[in-house]
Amino acid sequence: MNRYYFDHNATTPVSPEVFEAMAPLLREDFGNASSIHYYGQRAKQHLETARRQMAELIHAQAQEIVFLSGGTEADNLALFGVVRNSPRPARHVITTAIEHPAVLGACAQLEREGVEVTRVPVGPEGIVDPGDIRRALRPSTVLISVMHANNELGTVQPIAEIAGIAHEAGAVSHSDGVQALGKIPVDVEALGVDLYSITGHKVYAPKGEGALFVRKGTAIGSIQFGGHHERDRRPGTENVPGAVAFGAAAAWLIENGQAEAARLQGLRDRMEAAILGRVPGASVNGGGAPRTPNTSSICFDGIRGEALVIALDLRGFAVSSGAACSSGAVEPSHVLTAIGLSADRARGTIRFSLGRLNTAEQVDALVEALVEAVGQLRRIAPAERAHA
Amino acid sequence: MPDNMVAVAMSGGVDSSAVAGLLHREGVPVIGLTMQLWNQRRLPDLASDRATGRCCSLEDVYDARRVAEQLGIPYYVVNFEERFEREVVRPFIDEYLAGRTPVPCTLCNNFVKFDQFLEMAASLGAERIATGHYARLRFDEGAARYLLYRAVDETRDQTYFLWGLTQAQLARTLFPLGEYRKSRVREMAAEMGLAVAAKGDSQEICFVPNGDYAAFIDAYFREQGADRERTRGDIVSTDGRTLAQHDGVHHFTVGQRRGLNVAVGEPLYVIATDPVSGRVTVGRNEDLLRASATVREVNWIAFESLTVPLRAEVKIRNKHTAAPATIVPGAEAGHVEVRFDEPQRAVTPGQAAVFYQGDLVLGGGWMD
Repeated sequence: MNRYYFDHNATTPVSPEVFEAMAPLLREDFGNASSIHYYGQRAKQHLETARRQMAELIHAQAQEIVFLSGGTEADNLALFGVVRNSPRPARHVITTAIEHPAVLGACAQLEREGVEVTRVPVGPEGIVDPGDIRRALRPSTVLISVMHANNELGTVQPIAEIAGIAHEAGAVSHSDGVQALGKIPVDVEALGVDLYSITGHKVYAPKGEGALFVRKGTAIGSIQFGGHHERDRRPGTENVPGAVAFGAAAAWLIENGQAEAARLQGLRDRMEAAILGRVPGASVNGGGAPRTPNTSSICFDGIRGEALVIALDLRGFAVSSGAACSSGAVEPSHVLTAIGLSADRARGTIRFSLGRLNTAEQVDALVEALVEAVGQLRRIAPAERAHA
Repeated sequence: MPDNMVAVAMSGGVDSSAVAGLLHREGVPVIGLTMQLWNQRRLPDLASDRATGRCCSLEDVYDARRVAEQLGIPYYVVNFEERFEREVVRPFIDEYLAGRTPVPCTLCNNFVKFDQFLEMAASLGAERIATGHYARLRFDEGAARYLLYRAVDETRDQTYFLWGLTQAQLARTLFPLGEYRKSRVREMAAEMGLAVAAKGDSQEICFVPNGDYAAFIDAYFREQGADRERTRGDIVSTDGRTLAQHDGVHHFTVGQRRGLNVAVGEPLYVIATDPVSGRVTVGRNEDLLRASATVREVNWIAFESLTVPLRAEVKIRNKHTAAPATIVPGAEAGHVEVRFDEPQRAVTPGQAAVFYQGDLVLGGGWMD
């Protein structure tokens, strides 16, 4: 059976150029970047080259890039690093209802530590209204954290405007850019954010490497303690192979990102048009909003998304229902609920996320399999609606 | 996809693992599905390192996944928690609160395994399902019906929990273990190199840790924010004397002897529970004997309906030895009266009466 991967928002394979760039770091240039000798210096040089590549991609200064283990750590460092470091007695954080669990889970922990958190709702297209952010401000607001692109819907939030609101209020502005990097242009200067989370494995680097952009002058403390790595912000021996891979991925994106995004948008639009045209009762979530070019969240009336994911997998097509982090859960996706979908419609939603592996032929084959699988599910389980 | 595909309900135990292995060995295209039925993160009050045999634990899913990997078959976890809570857990609690003793495995079979699971399997292209139940199933050409028989291994027979299945459900079901003894199933699992060949047996009520159903009900109440004081009441003797107080009728089942905390010379047993007055009546062993039982919601497997009295052997709980009786059609549809040849001990409301003729399962129903 041929297998096709349509779940690039969950993770991506390591691309050949990233693999090539990383391989020497696992073999000859294996040194500890803190060591004084030749091996250490070679590792350090590679690490700093990667930092410059990363900085160039997102229009930052190299010293503003803190390498760490991934998106979850970046979000945790941003939230806990800012809030715990704040000297104010009362602290308040604003975020949204559609953030990744890395942010929502950190916020829940902050609440247990006595911090107040406001989760601003989003509109039916999955976009937060900056006016709602402004209305949520309090004198004690220390941090505003809003994701750049949503992982399930692909909807792109008005980050520049929100960062402006944060700064007017004297708060720090953070954005989780894990699902934006590599899909839409990321320019931290234009966005104006103080903190920006990214991860390697969504952009064809391996799992286990991410970064937090920390604008110069941002008041942020460390959340783990040890040596003086990453300017004291993230103690722990640097994952130099991971950083080099992430740097190589950034270099590829600087050259090819725009063209690839346009290609993916073409494929995504072709796929959506075919699905909407051929599958009755299909609708795109967040379709009216600015979206990342590769992501499509589609609700199929009267279908259990869980069953459709399995039915497609048995035909060789990898897609997801909701996000990978929440699959297997009985609760419908908090993102889909936040845009006003009923529990049934949320459970009937499938996320397709395209990437470098996909071609037009694959998209056409996916649509064929989908038409067949949805037809089979609807023939067998029409009663499910009555039960639920 | 192959059109003769079978979906195996894999719990991670040795029985369902052996089913997947046996079908796979015969060349049947198999997919493995594990039903996620209960969220073990709920009811943290019950959390205990010593809790055993809890359903849907991470370990069970790990084991099932490992077996599927060994066999090289597709494997998925499907989430039926919502249906399980609605059709099994809540009725289980409601029955205890109503002074009856429920059989959750039968509800799970009727409304989850042989309903939602069957439907899920069909929607994935598997026309039939297979489970690790110990029971035998044959199609009888003459009667044009699927007939259910006790398992060859009488110590493992699970037909007491399967009486509610319809012909439509049975037509799409395989019970490959019914012909084997449990020891042979373990041997075969070991021969196939399955990682779970020596794994221990699961307990009867999978979602209740350590079999302490009363603690489960109390914890569920607390989770729902309900008042549990309301079920407290008196323990009284058959002649109306109050002997002691208790913490709720759901702690008691008819025939129970232990845990009464009543100091009297002779052994006392629960004769009846009344949720309205909160009264638990206790008496002597002889007071438990009943000559008949009323059975409702009867499902017949061996034939369409009963019009004349029928001789059969009747089991009134899983561990009961089927007792000779006459089954008399009731005035109301779906009701029968069971008249035992010899009075039977502890005819317990909420339990099932299952009707047999030898190994053949005629049908069954719920006792009032």
